[in-house]
Amino acid sequence: MALNWFKKLKNGLSKSASKVDNAISSITGKKTVDKEELDNIEDHLILADLGVEVASRITKRIKEQKFELNEKKEITKLDISETLASEIEKILLPCESNIFDKFKSKPHVILLAGVNGSGKTTTAGKIAEKFRLDNKTVVLAAADTFRAAAVAQLKTWADRTGAKIVSGLDGGDSAAVAYKAVEKAKNENIDIVIIDTAGRLQNKKDLMEELTKTCRVVSKLDPDAPHQKIVVLDGTVGQNAHSQLKIFNDSIGLTGMIITKLDGSAKGGVVVSLAEKFKIPIHAVGVGEGLDDLQDFKAVSFSRALAGLDEL
Amino acid sequence: MFENLTDKLGNVFKGLTKRGSLSESDVDSALQEVRLALLEADVALPVVKDFITKVRDRAVGEEVLRSITPGQQVIKIVNDVLIEILGSGESELTIDHSPPAVILLVGLQGSGKTTTAGKLALHLKSKKRKKVMLASLDIYRPAAREQLRILGEQAEVSVLPEIDGESPANIAKRAMAAAKIQAIDVLILDTAGRTTLDAIMMSEAKEIFSLSKPSETLLVADAMTGQDAVQTAKAFSDIIKISGVILTRSDGDARGGAALSMKAVTGCPIKFVGVSEKLDGLEPFYPERAAGRILDMGDVVSLVEKAAETIAEEDAAHMMKRMSQGSFDMNDMLKQIGQLKKMGGLGGIMSMLPGIGKLQKQMAANNFNDKAISKQEAIIYSMTKQERINVGLLNASRRKRISFGSGSSVSEVNRLVKQQQDMARMMKKMGKMGGLKSMMSSLGGSISSSENPSFNKEETPIMDAGKMAEIQKLMGGNMSNRFGGMGLPGLGGKSSKKRR
Repeated sequence: MALNWFKKLKNGLSKSASKVDNAISSITGKKTVDKEELDNIEDHLILADLGVEVASRITKRIKEQKFELNEKKEITKLDISETLASEIEKILLPCESNIFDKFKSKPHVILLAGVNGSGKTTTAGKIAEKFRLDNKTVVLAAADTFRAAAVAQLKTWADRTGAKIVSGLDGGDSAAVAYKAVEKAKNENIDIVIIDTAGRLQNKKDLMEELTKTCRVVSKLDPDAPHQKIVVLDGTVGQNAHSQLKIFNDSIGLTGMIITKLDGSAKGGVVVSLAEKFKIPIHAVGVGEGLDDLQDFKAVSFSRALAGLDEL
Repeated sequence: MFENLTDKLGNVFKGLTKRGSLSESDVDSALQEVRLALLEADVALPVVKDFITKVRDRAVGEEVLRSITPGQQVIKIVNDVLIEILGSGESELTIDHSPPAVILLVGLQGSGKTTTAGKLALHLKSKKRKKVMLASLDIYRPAAREQLRILGEQAEVSVLPEIDGESPANIAKRAMAAAKIQAIDVLILDTAGRTTLDAIMMSEAKEIFSLSKPSETLLVADAMTGQDAVQTAKAFSDIIKISGVILTRSDGDARGGAALSMKAVTGCPIKFVGVSEKLDGLEPFYPERAAGRILDMGDVVSLVEKAAETIAEEDAAHMMKRMSQGSFDMNDMLKQIGQLKKMGGLGGIMSMLPGIGKLQKQMAANNFNDKAISKQEAIIYSMTKQERINVGLLNASRRKRISFGSGSSVSEVNRLVKQQQDMARMMKKMGKMGGLKSMMSSLGGSISSSENPSFNKEETPIMDAGKMAEIQKLMGGNMSNRFGGMGLPGLGGKSSKKRR
């Protein structure tokens, strides 16, 4: 499984990784690194969506490393890549967190939120599958009552994973759907509730209020519910991810995030600066459209893939 | 969508405009800031480099150093280069030749293709009077076809019936045959989302492209995309010939860097932007206006057009007449509030006004939004017909009743009444001048009804002369120059004067 994950991720990250590679290869074989070359590395980290701040800090580290090594021998490409990977890993490691770790309550309620098209419904289906494999019973709450056919989409995932589904009327109250699902789980002794909410842009105040309302309503059945409030983040997103995370976190208090669509050419490098700034646990990454394409997030693998290195 | 970038550039240029003369290093350090701002806004790196080189070459030239206001000159250059990069002119769809013209929509997963297909269908049907058919080639994502069918029903256009087990290529063929028989003008093909690394899916896209021979192949891209926008655009345009870009979710707070990069990378114009989740939330993209927004010059042209679109001619004439007579009662106010709402609410209008970014932030920070306007509406609705015409009737007990009826406090009712009276007075004064100023003052009136006192320090609920001056200052002090003689159509002005 782990190898599979790394392969997929590496494949997905190959474009950005090779870019980092290129930037690095211009250094190797030299004894000193001039400003232009450092700028070059920084530029390429920016290209991987790491953001200007983190990119310049990592570049600085590489510069320091370079000077240290300079005393002894020529710098190799591998030295630079390893430095890069370990710098990224340092940031990501504290955020590595398995979603399926500890469940205290029954039913355990998971709420998925995010902007439109980030992959919430697909992720809901994939999480349901994970629990099915773990012999847990699941009910899916189709709380996206706005988008056309959102319920039908989740229904398909429910059929595929053998999960139950609770839905309401189109245009109905999404909080009510969530409430009904938790109620159903209580009555029927179901282990897990996954609430799939409608996509919303974080700057739409009313829609963000709708989300807080959903949490509030669910908490009437269990003061601790939703136990997990997870934001689903599109891996192709750029620096706007910061705004997304901040506002979703301010509204509902996030417990974790899942990064989707990392099987494309997108780098997901923004994850690095997000991890540093928000310290929100990263649970999993989506690497395809299949049922089993949700993989645990591994900081080491992610960092090494981003730096263009093979897995240890 | 450009607010953040606008802020950043605004600060950079403030430094420049204060200077009497500019040295080469002045320009360089300013451009360093611009570079950072653009990168933080997700503008693709190659595009940023190109941009900086172009601006620098022109800015350091003699022209600037000799000009009296070098700072202004540099801003102008930045603006010109921005427009060059964004592309110039509105780009119409070419769909008028032998029907059915095919529009092919492609893009990554979750970029918004299906929603956009629905919006495009409605746009072509209602604005271009075309007979439109929608067909979904997405056999992969669960319920994608059902989603398109529902959107088609909402837009009241025909949708190709689904047959299970058909390949995307075969659906495309069937759709084209059906479109021909039904004498459809435009056939919109909605394809499945795909990553550009997926060779099988990319060759499927190529197959559909070559058999449907689309008149328009539009890449649907998310405005929030990061540096990958370039990869995606390039990968698609390498395989199929992209003719344009539709940028979705530009109503978010993303800085819109993707918009800058797309044109530069694909060489194709951005044709539309998605501006809401609703079916009519699709607007043509105007590069000049986008550049204006980036530089905080506002988008007056869009505002004027929007006003013209929403405010019926007679309504406006009637309103102007009443204004000039000074007989501006609660009914008029209600009508104005309604128009304001139709134009996309306060936020929509504000984002188009020049130099108003700061004010908008203040409003947001003070929790003032369109809800406050709805409240005003509620208060007026709670009045009797007589009261609406003659506010003089409003004694204490009537005010109490209105406050109960509208779920507000008596002081809110009082504030509204005072505001209406002040406005009536102002209208009388300004009626003959017409144009945007009256519009502004009515806006101001609404603004100051904010319940938060920190925004509206004085109790006067109407925007007084001081506040007008403040706004003028925010607008760079030349509001009257910019708006001089230019009335809002539908609010007394004759016709919109294009900015160029």
